[in-house]
Amino acid sequence: MREIFYWQALNEALREEMKRDEHVFIMGEDVGPYGGAYGVTRGLYKEFGDERVRDTAISEAAIAGAAAGAAMTGMRPVAEIMSIDFSTIAMDQLVNIAAKNRYMFGGKTTVPMVMRTQGGTGRGVAGHHSQSLEAWFVHVPGLYVIMPSTSYDAKGLLKTAIRDDNPVIFIEHKMLYMTKGNVPEEEYTIPLGRADIKRKGNDVTVVAYSRMVLLALEAAGELEKEGISLEVIDVRTLKPLDMDMILDSVRKTNRVIIVSEACKTGGVAGEIAAQIAEKGFDYLDAPIIRVAAADVPIPMSPVLEKAAVPSVEKIIEAVKKVIS
Amino acid sequence: MVEKKEDLINYLETMLKIRYFEEKVSELLGKDLIKGTSHIYIGEESVAVGAIAAIREDDYIASTHRGHGHCLAKGGELKKMMAELCGRATGYCKGRGGSMHIADVAKGNLGATGIVGSNIPVATGAALSMKMQKMDRVVLCFFGDGASNTGGFHESLNMASVWKLPVIYICENNLYGMSVSVKRALSVTDIAVRAVSYNMPGEIVDGMNVLEVKEVVAKAVRRARKGDGPSLIECKTYRYYGHSRSDPRVYRTREEEAEWKKKDPVESFKKKLLEEDVVTEEEIDNLEESIQQEVNEATEYALSSPWPSVDELTCDVFFTG
Ligand SMILES: Cc1ncc(C[n+]2csc(CCOP(=O)(O)OP(=O)(O)O)c2C)c(N)n1
Ligand SMILES: [Mg+2]
Repeated sequence: MREIFYWQALNEALREEMKRDEHVFIMGEDVGPYGGAYGVTRGLYKEFGDERVRDTAISEAAIAGAAAGAAMTGMRPVAEIMSIDFSTIAMDQLVNIAAKNRYMFGGKTTVPMVMRTQGGTGRGVAGHHSQSLEAWFVHVPGLYVIMPSTSYDAKGLLKTAIRDDNPVIFIEHKMLYMTKGNVPEEEYTIPLGRADIKRKGNDVTVVAYSRMVLLALEAAGELEKEGISLEVIDVRTLKPLDMDMILDSVRKTNRVIIVSEACKTGGVAGEIAAQIAEKGFDYLDAPIIRVAAADVPIPMSPVLEKAAVPSVEKIIEAVKKVIS
Repeated sequence: MVEKKEDLINYLETMLKIRYFEEKVSELLGKDLIKGTSHIYIGEESVAVGAIAAIREDDYIASTHRGHGHCLAKGGELKKMMAELCGRATGYCKGRGGSMHIADVAKGNLGATGIVGSNIPVATGAALSMKMQKMDRVVLCFFGDGASNTGGFHESLNMASVWKLPVIYICENNLYGMSVSVKRALSVTDIAVRAVSYNMPGEIVDGMNVLEVKEVVAKAVRRARKGDGPSLIECKTYRYYGHSRSDPRVYRTREEEAEWKKKDPVESFKKKLLEEDVVTEEEIDNLEESIQQEVNEATEYALSSPWPSVDELTCDVFFTG
C-alpha cells in the first residue's frame, strides 16, 4: 500500500468530498493560494476556485458562526481555525449556536459543519499556539470531537465528519502533519465512535489519542525488550467515545494508563478514567494512572516545553508503576 | 516642530537597533538557535520609533506578535530580549514566552501576544484604568491591518469612544495579514476610515517616515491626555521579510517589495540627517558599528545563558504571595 503524509491524507479527503458534493466548501485564514498554515489545503484553491476555497479575514467568531449559518441552510462548510488556541474567539458560535441549535429548535434543523483545527506542543511556539483544548469541546452536548493519529485515520475520519449531519470538531496535531502512513487508493470512511487497537498486548492497556498514540507505541516497543506487553488503544473519536473497546481491553489486562497531552486537571483522560472506574472497576488490579500535561500554560523554552507534557519515559515510568 | 539633534540621533539609533536585532534574529532562526517562530519587524521600524517618541516614559504600550520593535523602542534591553527569544532563564519572561510574548511591564510595555488583536481590549482597559485613577498617562495600542478585522478591535474602539479613554490605536497596515492581502480581507481601502463609525479622529500617515509618525501620534496623545478621548492612526508600511519562518511570499511580487524598499525608513532617515548636516557619515558609521557590537554581545549573552530550571515549571501560574 502507498504511504502518504498526514497532511496529504487530509488534503485527499477534502478534495474527494468537494468533488463528491458541491455543497462542501472550505473557509478559513490563509487556506487559499497559501494552502493553509500547515499545507492541508494545498492545491485546492487552484482546483476549486475562490468560491469554494475562501480565504477569510482574521475573524474567528465570524468563521465559526458563518459556518453554522451556512450549514443550517443547505451548505456543508469545512471551516478552518488555524490553531485550536484561537478557537477561544470562535467559542460562542460553536458552543451556543452550532452545538445547540438542533436540540434547542426541537430537532427542526441540522448543522452539518466541520471545524478543522490543530493543536499540541513540539514546536516551541509557547502558550498561545500549543494548547490541547479538546476537553472544552467534549464537555459540550451536541459536538462530536475527532483527534486522529495516523494518515489512514485522518483521511477516513475527515470524510465521515464531512458527511455527518452534526457539527464536528476535527483536531489535528502540528507534529503529525509530516508523519507518513499507509492509505489505500480506494475510497473508504471510518465510522465515528470506533476506537482502534494500534498494538495488541496483554499486560497493560494504554489508552491514548492524537500524537500520544505515537509515544505509547514507542514505549510499547521499548518495554517489549523487557518482556512487558502493552495494548495500545487509539481512541480516535473522543465523542462519541468507544468505551466498549477500552473496557474489553481492561478486562483482559486489568491495568490501564491513559495518556493525554492536555493539562491533567479536568481533561478527557479524567473522563475516560471515570468511565472505566464506573463500568470496569472489578477488572482493575491497580489504580488507573493518567499521564498528562502539567497544569501550566505551555512554556516556550524547549526544556520547559518538554517537561510540561508526556514523554516516552514518563509513559514507561507509569507502566512500571501500574504493574509493580 | 523642531527636533533636537540628540533626539534625531536617538531615533536613528533605535531604528538601527531594531534592524540589526531583527537581522540577527533571522540568522539565529535559520540556524535553529532560536526555536519556534519570530515575526520580523524590518521595514516597519519608523512606526514603533516614531509613535513611542511621542509618549512619555511612564505611558503604556500594548504590543503584538510582531513586537520586537515596540519593545526596543520602549526602552527594552537587547540582552533580555535575545535571551527570551532563545528560551533562556535570563530572558524577559524567564524563557516561558519567547518572541510572541515579550513583555517589559516595568518599562510600560504591557506585552506582545500570540492571539491577533487580543491586545486591543487590553490597551483599552489600561486606558480605562488610567482614567479611573486620574492619572494623565496614555496608552499606545499597536496592531496590524489583519487585527482590524477582529471583533475585539471594533468592540474596543466603541468602548473607548463612549468612555473617552486616553488610548491611541496605531494600525500598522503592512498590506498583508499572513498571506491575505488587505484587498481581499478588508471592506475598506483605508483602515483609518473605520474611526468614523466610532466617532473618533482617524488619520493616515506615511509609516515609513519616523518624523511624520511622531507628529501625528503626538497630536493624538495631546488630545488623549486632555481627556478628549481616543484616536485611530493608520500607518502605511511594509514588512520586508516573510510573515514568519519559512514563508516563500507567493502572495506578493518581488517588484512590489522593491518599490517599498525604495522608501526604506532607516535609509531615508539617514539620508535626511546627512543632508541637513545633523550627522556626518563618520558618526553614522560609528553608530552602526557600536550597535552591531551591542547586538553581538546580546547574542553571546543569550546563547551562554542557562536554560530555565525544570523545577520552576509550574511557578507563577498563580500569585501566591
Ligand atoms: C486570533 C488569531 N488568528 C490567527 C492567527 C494566526 N496569525 C498570526 S499573525 C497573523 C496575521 C496578522 O496580520 P496583521 O494583524 O496584519 O499583522 P502583521 O503580521 O501583518 O504584522 C495571523 C493570521 C493568530 N495568531 N491569532
Ligand atoms: Mg499586516
